[in-house]
Amino acid sequence: MSQTSAGDQKYFLPRAGLEPLVGILRQRGYTVLAPTRRDEIIALAPVESADQIARGVHDHQDGGRYRLTQADPEVMFEYGPGADSPKRYLFPPELPLVELRVRGNRFIPTSQPPAIAQYAFLGIRACELAAIKVQDRVFGLEGQDTLCADAAEYYRRTRRRALLIAVNCTRPGGTCFCASMGTGPAATEGFDLSLTELRDGFLLTVGSQAGAALGAELDLRAPTSAEEGLAEMKLAAARAHMPRHLDTRGLKERLEQTIDDPNWERVAARCLSCGNCTMVCPTCFCFTVSDSSGLTDGVYGRTRRWESCFSHQFSYVAGSGPVRSTIAARYRHWLRHKLCTWQDQFGVSGCVGCGRCITWCPVGIDLTEEAQRLGRHVPGAGAVPIPKAGGTKEALP
Amino acid sequence: MLAKSPIPKVPPKSRLAVFKFSSCDGCQLSLLNLEEHLLELVDAVEVAYFLEARRRELPPPYDVGLVEGSISTPHEAQRIRQVRRDCRYLVAIGACASSGGIQALRNWADIGDFVGAVYPNPQYIRTLDTATPIAAHVFVDFELRGCPVNHAQLLELVSALLVGRRPNVPTSSLCLECKRRGLPCVLVTHGQPCLGPAVQAGCGALCPACNRGCYGCFGPMEQPNLNSLGDRFLELGASHRQIKHLLRMFNAYLEPFKQASDHHERLEQQK
Repeated sequence: MSQTSAGDQKYFLPRAGLEPLVGILRQRGYTVLAPTRRDEIIALAPVESADQIARGVHDHQDGGRYRLTQADPEVMFEYGPGADSPKRYLFPPELPLVELRVRGNRFIPTSQPPAIAQYAFLGIRACELAAIKVQDRVFGLEGQDTLCADAAEYYRRTRRRALLIAVNCTRPGGTCFCASMGTGPAATEGFDLSLTELRDGFLLTVGSQAGAALGAELDLRAPTSAEEGLAEMKLAAARAHMPRHLDTRGLKERLEQTIDDPNWERVAARCLSCGNCTMVCPTCFCFTVSDSSGLTDGVYGRTRRWESCFSHQFSYVAGSGPVRSTIAARYRHWLRHKLCTWQDQFGVSGCVGCGRCITWCPVGIDLTEEAQRLGRHVPGAGAVPIPKAGGTKEALP
Repeated sequence: MLAKSPIPKVPPKSRLAVFKFSSCDGCQLSLLNLEEHLLELVDAVEVAYFLEARRRELPPPYDVGLVEGSISTPHEAQRIRQVRRDCRYLVAIGACASSGGIQALRNWADIGDFVGAVYPNPQYIRTLDTATPIAAHVFVDFELRGCPVNHAQLLELVSALLVGRRPNVPTSSLCLECKRRGLPCVLVTHGQPCLGPAVQAGCGALCPACNRGCYGCFGPMEQPNLNSLGDRFLELGASHRQIKHLLRMFNAYLEPFKQASDHHERLEQQK
C-alpha cells in the first residue's frame, strides 16, 4: 500500500517518548484512551500514564474465541482489536438526551446538554480509523445529515474535538481481514499521528496539523533508512499473514440477488440473534430512544441506548408489528446492510474488516464465510460447492 | 408474554395489592428493598394489601395486583381466580409467577415421591401434581421476569402504570446489556457455558459482571435459539446432562427451556 501525501513526514519516537506523549496530551486537557488489559480482554480505557497501556501480551482470536497469552514484556501493541472500539466513546452505549419536569401544564427542561469530552485515542488501529470515517458519514459529520440530528449531535461534537493517534498493526488478530476491505493493516489517512512499533521505538508519521504541532513537542529524530525499511517489512508481513479474506469483487452485486438465498436459513440455524456482532461492530449505529417517568416527582427523562437489528422487539413498527419476524430475516438484513445496501445509503461499505463480529459471536459465525456462500445457489442445481473462505494461514506468532 | 390489550391509565393514588403464592418471598422482598424509593412508592400508591409489609388489609377491588409465586396447590388454583377478579391490572412478578419457578421441577417427577420423602404424615398434604405459572390459570396483563425481579424493572412497571404508558421492559438478549456495560464475554474469553445469548435482558448482566455465566433466571428471550447454543456448549465440552441442568433451573417449565432440556435429556439417556 502506498503512503498518501498525509504520511510523508516520518520520524523516530524512542520507546521512552510514549510517556511524555501521554503527559502532553493530558496537559492539553485530553482524556487519553488507550488499549489496557482488563481481566482477560484488551479494553479501551482512560490512562494516566503510558505504563497503563497493555503490553507484553498477545491475543488469539478465532470464531467465538478470544484468549490472551503472555508475550515478550518489551512489545506493546502486538494484539489486534478488542471488543471495544472508539464507538463506545463517540457514540456511548447509554446517553441521557433530556430531562423534563412538569410545572402546571408545561414541561420545563431541567437537563444541561451532556458535557463534551475531549478524547485522545492512542493506539487505535487502521480499521478503527476507517470505522470512524464510516460513522462520520452515518452521523453526518461530512456533508448531508443522514440520521436523526438530535442523536448525531453528541457524536459530531465529540468527534470534532478528538485526536487520533493510530498504531499500525504488525500482528493482526486471528479474525482480521482489513487487507480485503482496503482499510489496513497500515493507517493511510484520517489520523493525526500514526506509529509503527519497532524494537526500541516507533516510526512516527504525521498526518495532520494537529499531529505536527504535537510532534513538535516530542523528542523526535529522523529515522534511519533501516528503521523505515523494517517498518515496511513488518507491515508487508502483517498484510501477507492476514488470517481471513473476503473477496469484495462484485460482492455488492452478488448480494443484491440474495433475497431468497437458501443460505439464510442455513445460517439462521446457528445464529442466536443475540446481537453481540452489532454491539461490537465499530460501525453499527442502531439505537433506541426510551422515555421514563418517576413515581411522584414529575420528572421525565429520555435516554438513548445501543440497540440491535437482531432484536425482534426492535423491528416492531407501529401499525404493522415486527417487520423481521425470523432470525433468518434479521441476519439477512444485517449482513446485506453491512456489505451491500450500506453503500447505497452512505456511499461506503459498512464493514471495515476488523473481525469483531466473528470473534465475539458466541457460536463463531464467520461473516467472510457466509458472504462467500451467498448468491451462488442455482435453483435446481443441487448442492453448489462452497468456495473456501479466507486463507488457512495462521496469524503471526 | 406481553399483553395485547391497551394499557389502562391507573388513576392517581391507585390501590396496590401484593399477593404471594408458592414462592420464597424474594420478589416481595425486592419491593421492600427499594429503600430510597419506598417512601415515594407509598406516596404514589395506596398499599391496600401487602401482608409481608403491613397488617392492614383493605378490601378489593385493587387497581394493580402484583402476584408472586406459582400455583402448586388446589387452594391456590381457587384463590388466583378470586385475585384476578379483584384486580383491574394483574402483573405476575418473578420466575415462579411467570414460569412456575424452581418448584416446577416436580413437573418431571412424581409428586407423591416428594411428599412421601419430606413429610412424616403425607396424608395431610393437599398439593397439585404440577407447579405452573399464573398465566396458565388466569389472564395476566404483564409479566416481570427474574429470580428475583429487578428493582429498576419493578419501579419502571409501577411508574409506567401510573402514567398509563407501556412499561419499558426489553425482551431481547442479555448480551445487549452485557456488551453495553463493556463486560468481557465469559463464553468467548473463558469457554464458559453462559445462557446469556438466549436469555431475556433485565438484570443488567449481574453474573457475567462477576465473571460467571448467566444461568437464566430471567428466562428465555424472544425467539431464543437454544439448539445452536446447546451445540456450542457441547463443543466447549459440556455434557448433555450439564446442559439439561443449566436449563432446568428457575425457569425450567417455560416452553423453550422445557423443550431444550427434554431434548438434552433424551440425548443423555441414549448414551
